[in-house]
Amino acid sequence: MRKYYDQITRIAGNVVTVSAAGVGYDELAVVVGRRRTSLAQVIRLEGDQVSLQVFAGTQGVSTGDRVRFLGRPMQVPFSADLLGRVFDGAGRPRDARPDVEAERRDIGGPPVNPTRRNLPGKMIRTGIPMIDIFNSLVESQKLPIFSVPGEPYNEVLARVGLQANADIIILGGMGLRHDDYLVFRKTFEEGGVLGRTILFIHTAADPVVECLLVPDLCLAVGEGFALQGKRVLALLTDMTAFADALKEIAITMEQIPSNRGYPGDLYTQLARRYEKAVDLEGSGSMTVLACTTMPGDDVTHPVPDNTGYITEGQFYLRGGWIEPFGSLSRLKQQVNGKTRDDHRAIMDACIQLYALCRESREKRDMGFEMSAWDKKLLAYGKLFEEKIMDLRVNIPLEEALDQCWAILAECFEPAETGIRRTIVEKHWPKTP
Amino acid sequence: MNGRIVSVFGNMVVAEADGRVVQNSVGYCCRGDGARLLSEVIRIRGRLADLQVFEETRGLKVGNPVEFRDEMLSATLGPGLLGQIFDGLQNPLPQLAAQTGYFLKAGLYLPPLPTDRPWEFTPAVQPGDAVQAGDTLGTVPEGMFQHRVMAPFGLAGALKVARVTAAGPLTVDKEVAVLADAEGKEHSVTMQQTWPVKRPLAIARRRLMPREPLVTRIRIIDSMFPVVRGGTYCIPGPFGAGKTVLQQITAKFAEIDIVVIAACGERAGEVVETLRTFPELEDPRTGRSLMERTIIICNTSAMPVAAREASVYTAVTLAEYYRQMGLAVLLLADSTSRWAQAMREVSGRLEEIPGEEAFPAYLESRIANFYERAGQIELRDGRLGTVTIGGTVSPAGGNFEEPVTQGTLKVVGAFHGLSRARSDARRYPAIDPLDSWSKYVGIIDPDKVTRMRDLLRRGAEVKQMMAVVGEEGTSIDDFTTMLKAAFFDNCYLQQNAFDKVDAASPADRQQFVFDKILQLVDVDFQFADKDVARRTMVQAQDLFRNWNYAEWRGEEFKKTLAQIDAFIAAKGQPRTRAEC
Repeated sequence: MRKYYDQITRIAGNVVTVSAAGVGYDELAVVVGRRRTSLAQVIRLEGDQVSLQVFAGTQGVSTGDRVRFLGRPMQVPFSADLLGRVFDGAGRPRDARPDVEAERRDIGGPPVNPTRRNLPGKMIRTGIPMIDIFNSLVESQKLPIFSVPGEPYNEVLARVGLQANADIIILGGMGLRHDDYLVFRKTFEEGGVLGRTILFIHTAADPVVECLLVPDLCLAVGEGFALQGKRVLALLTDMTAFADALKEIAITMEQIPSNRGYPGDLYTQLARRYEKAVDLEGSGSMTVLACTTMPGDDVTHPVPDNTGYITEGQFYLRGGWIEPFGSLSRLKQQVNGKTRDDHRAIMDACIQLYALCRESREKRDMGFEMSAWDKKLLAYGKLFEEKIMDLRVNIPLEEALDQCWAILAECFEPAETGIRRTIVEKHWPKTP
Repeated sequence: MNGRIVSVFGNMVVAEADGRVVQNSVGYCCRGDGARLLSEVIRIRGRLADLQVFEETRGLKVGNPVEFRDEMLSATLGPGLLGQIFDGLQNPLPQLAAQTGYFLKAGLYLPPLPTDRPWEFTPAVQPGDAVQAGDTLGTVPEGMFQHRVMAPFGLAGALKVARVTAAGPLTVDKEVAVLADAEGKEHSVTMQQTWPVKRPLAIARRRLMPREPLVTRIRIIDSMFPVVRGGTYCIPGPFGAGKTVLQQITAKFAEIDIVVIAACGERAGEVVETLRTFPELEDPRTGRSLMERTIIICNTSAMPVAAREASVYTAVTLAEYYRQMGLAVLLLADSTSRWAQAMREVSGRLEEIPGEEAFPAYLESRIANFYERAGQIELRDGRLGTVTIGGTVSPAGGNFEEPVTQGTLKVVGAFHGLSRARSDARRYPAIDPLDSWSKYVGIIDPDKVTRMRDLLRRGAEVKQMMAVVGEEGTSIDDFTTMLKAAFFDNCYLQQNAFDKVDAASPADRQQFVFDKILQLVDVDFQFADKDVARRTMVQAQDLFRNWNYAEWRGEEFKKTLAQIDAFIAAKGQPRTRAEC
C-alpha cells in the first residue's frame, strides 16, 4: 500500500518538514511534486513532525507536494554491472545508459569489528619516489592529499589510480568541475582501466545534498567488492566540498556550530567515511585516497585539521610537488622494513639533510656567508629536488633508493649523513 | 518502568516516561525489529527523559517503547579481564565477531567475562571471619597474577563470612562465599561484581603522595619529564606528531604490572596493530606475552559516538579494579579530545548554552574528575596500589590554547607537548624539550636535569640569534653551546623506535649515558674555528648514536665506551662542574 503524507509544514534550506506517523529515523522518502520528484532522507523526528533532507534541494517544492516513505535507508545497487559506469550523487546513471538492476546494499552501514581487520602490510607501489620511499602507501590505508586550488591534485589522484594496480577503482567526485570529470574519464580510458572503474560524480552544478551521498555510495559499493575478495581503491575528491555540504545542512537544522560554522560532529562524520578503509581478514581490502583542499592553504582549518586526526597520514601537495615535511604515511613502517635494508635509513637521512638544506637556503637568502657545510647542503638540495622530488620522476622503489645513494655520495662524507655504519658500508657507492 | 519515544535526532532520543526515572540510569530503546539499544538518561524534564543512545539510531520510530532500569551504566569486574578486547560498553569484540562476522550489530550485547571458563579458586577466609567491602575472600590465578576475589565494593559496613566454597575450579557465576551484613542479611558472592563506571572506585585506608618513578624506557620522558606511578600526564600534539606511537611504545615497554588501553574515537587500524602484535611480544620484565598484562577498550571513530564517553570511564574502572588488588596499573587514554567532542555533540543536541568552541561549560570539571581517579592508595591490609593515567589530547589546529588542552594542563602532573616542527624534522619522540614540564622527580638527579634544560634553552636562543646575525656574527662560545645542545638532543632525547636496542632504554642505562653526556658537554673544547667545532661534534654524535644501538653492557657497548672515553680525553680536560 502506498501511503502519502501531504501536510508539509516547513520548507527551509534543503530541509522539508512534514507531519507523518510511524516513520523510522534515517529512512528514505520520496517528495512528489507537480513538476518533479526527489528522494529525501529523514534527519529528525519530533512528535509527528518529520524533517527530511531533500536530495535535489527544495527549490520548487510546494506545500501541496506529497511525501511517501520507503521504509528503508538509502541503498545502492551492487553488482559487477556497475563497472565502467558513471552515476550522479543520488545514484542515477549519468552516462545515458539504463539503471543497474541488482541487489541493493544499505549505504552508511555498520562499522567493521576491529578484531576482523588485518594488520595492513602490503605496499602499493606508485612509481612516485616521494611516496614509495618516504611515505609508502599501504593497502587499506586512508590518506588525504592536502592541497590548494590550482595544484595538480586530481592529476596525482588519477595517476595513483592508474599505477596502483587495484582490482576495482571507484572515483567519487564532489563539487567537481565538469572539466575535471572529463579529465578523469579520459585518463582512465587512455590508461585502459575504465572497465574496472566506477564513477560517482557530483558536479558543482548539482544539488548540494547529493554531494553528501557521494562518499557513502562509493564506500558502500567498495565495501561490497572488498567482501568479495577484491582489492578496491576508492578515490574521493574533494572532501572539503563534502564538509561544506555538511555545514550547510547543520546550519539549516539550527545546530550550534563549533568551529567556523562547521557542526560539532564534523570529526565523526568524516571518520565514519574514512574508517571504511579496511583490510578484511580472509577477504579483500579497500584503500581510500582523498583530496582535501585547504581554504587559504591553512592546515588548521577545521576540514584538513579533523581529517588529519582521522587519516593514516597525509600528503601535502604544494608548489607542484609532494612536500617532504608534513607529508606522512603512518603505515609506512608496516612495509618499509620489508623492502630493502637501507630503505628506512635513506628515508630518514635524506629528509633530515633536506631540512638542513632549507635552513641553509634561508641563511643564504638573508645574505649570510655560506660555510663549507652549507654549500654541501645546497648542492644536495638541488639534486634531491631534481632527481627525487619532481613529480615527473616515475621509477620503481629500488631504482629510487640507488638514486638517493648516488646523490648522497656526490655531496657528503659517509659520517655526515648520520646513517649508521653497517648500512653505509654495504650501500655507499664505491668510487669507480 | 516504561516509556515511549517522542523524538529522535542523531544519537539523542527523548522519551516520555510513565513513572520514576533515575538520572544517569540505563534505558533500552526498543526498535521495531526487536533490537534493544542501550542508552543512558542524561536529562529529565517533567515526564520527558533525554537519552543518549550508545548505538546508531537508524530505524527508531516515534512511539517505540523504552525500558528504563534503575541501575547505572556499570562495568563487570572479575577474573578474565586481562588480555581481553572490549568495546566501550565492555562487549568482548572477538566474541561479537564470532556471532556477527565482519560487521558490528546494534543491540547485541554479550557478557564481558567468559562464563564457561573455570578458575582455580583458593579461599583466603574462613566462616566467621569479619571482613569489609574490598577485602580478599580468595584468589584465582589469572596469567601471571593472583587475582583477588574481593568482597563486593558496594556492600557497606562490617560483614561476616557465613560460608566459603572449598578450593577447586569454579566459573565466574558460581558462589564463592556468603557474607552476612550487620542486619544479618546474607549476600551471595561470586567472582564477578559490577561497579558504576562514573563513580570512582577507591576503597582504601588513605591516598598517598605518588613518588615512585614509572620507567617508560623512553629517555626524554624518564630523564627529563618523568612520570610517577599513581601520577597523571598528558600528551597534546597536532596530528602526525606521534601521540599514538608514543602511547603504543609506552604500553609495550613501561615497567608496570597492568596496562589498560582506551582507544577512544581513534583509528581502528591502531587498535588492530596493538591486538595483532601484542600477543607475540614479550613483556620485558616477566618474559610472558604482553597481552597477558593488557586490556584493550576500543571504541574507534566509526563506532557510535556516545559509547566513546562510556569507553573512557569503563577503562578507568577496570584500572581501579586491579589497583584494589595492590597492583600498579597504567591507563593510556587515546584520545581524550574525542571524548570531549562526544560530550560536545551531546551537549549541542541538548541545546545547552555552549562555552568556548561550543564545548559544554562542565568540560573542565569532567576532565578534572577523570584525572583525579588516578593515584596511589594504601589498601586496608597495607599493600599499595596505583593507577597512572596518561591521556593524549588532539587540539584543533595543533593549538594548545583550546579548552580541552587547557582543562587538562590544570590537573595533570606532567606535560609532554609534541611539536609539529620536531616531527616534521623526523625527530622521535617529538616531545618539545623546551615547552614540556613535569612536577615529578624521576631517575636522574634534578640538578643535572636543570643543567641540561638550561643548555637546551641557551642552544635555542643562539640558534634564533644566528638566524638574524648569521653564523659569522656568532661567537665561537655561543656556537659551541648550540652544537652541544644539538648533540644532546640528537643523541639522547631522540630514540630510534624501530631499532631493537634503541627503542627502549632501561633506567640504569639512562643514568649511565646521561652522566657520560654531561662529561662530554663539560669539555672545554677551545675550538679554533666553527668548521672544526662542527666536525668534532659530528664525530661525537656518530660515536654516541652507534653507542645507542649497542646492547647494554655488551661487547660493542664497551668498545664504543672506550672510544668515547678516548675522545673526551683527547679533546681536553672536562671543566670542573662548579665553573659551569
